[in-house]
Amino acid sequence: MSTETKNPETRKAAPLASPSGAAPRKVPQGHRRLLTRRDRITLGLMAGVPTILHVALVWLTALASIALAFTTWDGIGFDSIKWVGVDNFRELLTNNPQFWPAVQHNVIWFVVLILLPTPFGLFLAVQLDKKIRFSRVYQTAFFLPVVMSMAVIGFVWQLIYNPDTGLINSLIGANEPGHYIDWIGDPDLNLWAVLVAASWRHAGYMMILYLAGLKGVDPSLREASSLDGANEWQTFKNVIFPTLRPTNTIVLVVTIIEALRAFDLVFVFNKGAQGTELLSILVTNNIIGESSRIGYGSAIAVVLLLISLVVIIPYLVSTFRKERRA
Amino acid sequence: MQASPSGSPLPGTSRRSLLRGLGGAAVLGAGIPLLSACGGSGASSDPKTVTLGSNQSDAVPKKAYGEIYTAFTKQSGITVDVNTKDHNTFQEQINSYLQGTPDDVFNWFAGYRMQFFAQKGLASPIDDVWEKIGGNFPVAMQKLSKGADGKYYFVPLTTSLWAVFYRRSVFKQYGYEVPTTWDQFIALCKQMRKDKLVPIAFGDKDAWPAMGTFDQINFRLNGYDFHVELMAGKASWTDSKVKAVFDHWSEILPYHQEGFMGRTWQDAAQTLVSKKAGMYVFGSFVAQQFTAKADLDDLDFFAFPELSPEFGQDTVEAPTDGFMLSKAPKNKAGATQLLEYLGTPAAEGIYVKSDSSLVASSNKADTSSYTPLQKKAFEMISGAKNLTQFMDRDSRPDFTSTVMQPALQNFLRNPKNVDSILSSIERQKKTIFASA
Repeated sequence: MSTETKNPETRKAAPLASPSGAAPRKVPQGHRRLLTRRDRITLGLMAGVPTILHVALVWLTALASIALAFTTWDGIGFDSIKWVGVDNFRELLTNNPQFWPAVQHNVIWFVVLILLPTPFGLFLAVQLDKKIRFSRVYQTAFFLPVVMSMAVIGFVWQLIYNPDTGLINSLIGANEPGHYIDWIGDPDLNLWAVLVAASWRHAGYMMILYLAGLKGVDPSLREASSLDGANEWQTFKNVIFPTLRPTNTIVLVVTIIEALRAFDLVFVFNKGAQGTELLSILVTNNIIGESSRIGYGSAIAVVLLLISLVVIIPYLVSTFRKERRA
Repeated sequence: MQASPSGSPLPGTSRRSLLRGLGGAAVLGAGIPLLSACGGSGASSDPKTVTLGSNQSDAVPKKAYGEIYTAFTKQSGITVDVNTKDHNTFQEQINSYLQGTPDDVFNWFAGYRMQFFAQKGLASPIDDVWEKIGGNFPVAMQKLSKGADGKYYFVPLTTSLWAVFYRRSVFKQYGYEVPTTWDQFIALCKQMRKDKLVPIAFGDKDAWPAMGTFDQINFRLNGYDFHVELMAGKASWTDSKVKAVFDHWSEILPYHQEGFMGRTWQDAAQTLVSKKAGMYVFGSFVAQQFTAKADLDDLDFFAFPELSPEFGQDTVEAPTDGFMLSKAPKNKAGATQLLEYLGTPAAEGIYVKSDSSLVASSNKADTSSYTPLQKKAFEMISGAKNLTQFMDRDSRPDFTSTVMQPALQNFLRNPKNVDSILSSIERQKKTIFASA
């Protein structure tokens, strides 16, 4: 401990101690001796390769996508890129009948995930934290959907919701003419149907996050509160939940990310038909495939990026502020 | 922990992690050339091999195409290296596929979709092939195989057809007659409803089947020329002629199978197989769902009823599949030979023998093996004054997939909103067609 506190002082003191220019030259020499030529090449590679990959795969593509948002391009040859200014955005905001529903659905997605499966995941975690019998079995059962890919979940639920042969309609006899319930196609139903599937998975995810958080709660806190005569609910509300603050932050961020990147489940479920439009699906439909409206699709992607930034920047600012304070 | 005098971590640990990093970098460095190698070495330039990109991933057509290639190899000694991709995936990747290192020959569709890639220089003209095979095809097919520049780019192989499919035994059991006019059609729907049948089977989960119904009503009511103008983006979607199409559609919409938005076309076809539905407006590939021979023999169809005496039933929607030559084939001589073979009645004969849901594009193909269903389809296509492809083959794919598919689904849900839907289509159409 003592060396650590002393260290910065000696470092700062070193250049001050030498009045002439000889000493500062000596310090880099010391570094050169420590790092051989090979070390420096290795270091350069270690820092350089990831930087190049990061810049090429994250920054350049993001910037290219922003630039393309102001153009029209069919994806064939670079000479067919044409600058159109903000036309894509104007078209998107005024003429695209799917855009505003998509924004709305992304918001609904987030609200539902944070209001239903997240508290339910917390509830499961609290129950499983009590060391009840077969705890591991329950944990596995609830966590299993998280391990499965979203595409598989979409496929499974699509079988359950199938209007003619699906489990639900067959059980309640809703596959007869006159009684049809179109879970997948009806725009008043399908978003909720697909949210049930998403929540099914999300609850397990949240359960694991909270379970990890609960394991980190100091048992003496529980002991103290029970000595003070607090009942179970009071202990949870006033003692346990406040100590889960860091977990709550992670949960919030994870849920926001899940809501913004929601794609695979819906794409498998009904390809984002009316009622389940999502921004990510609009991007895909415009860019991938024969349609190749790359400029227009990029404009939608830029909107998605802006929404993400609006959510992420306050989070990063508050995290950095906290770190600086600590 | 002991800090080194310079303030940097202990040299021992740092060297070890440096070495580890070096190893990682080496792996990455080795990985990059490996990845780039994947793209280039796919096709060989062996003169005895022609590569072929196929979208025929369904069991029945895949087998049928395979038999054609085997016959070609036997005849010419050239092996066909087939690279089959899932039908929809192939379509979705077509842009990047054709710009990358495509196979020498690839499966594609006739119509605007073929002309688009020809115009973009992603396919080679094959006038030399057509000098040999031209005589095998009727004029309508020759027209379908030409690009906008008048050169040939396409060798047609098979054609399906859109009509109203029904089961003869069901019509016989209830004493129904094939309707030829709109009034008879509506009356039949009403009668089927009374007889506890689903009058018109329907599934639009895949979003394209609705386009088929639109096309039928549109060219019956407004004629072939209007179909072409509308698809080319010239006619307006707010035209009263288009509105009339949707009005007619609204009339028969109540007789469509409920819950169609969540149903695939395969499931809709099953209601016809199980005799729960009376009719199905669909393509002849619906027959692929009739797996039992007795059911297949019972399947029949009639042309969509007449809506205007001016046009009668003169137009047939006959989507044609075939082959194109990629922009820079590795084995051009072999590929040309293959295309010439694919354009022969013999090759078509092999296909239609294995898949009875389609008919040959050539009018010289051997029709002796045709089932009665194929014979009827062949006659209907040969007798047609005009052939259309399909909405998404006759128009820009970006327009049909991003505008028309959601718009038609919206109409099916809310037929009363037709005016606002049509003006929305027209606004979006203008932007898309202006961008070319």
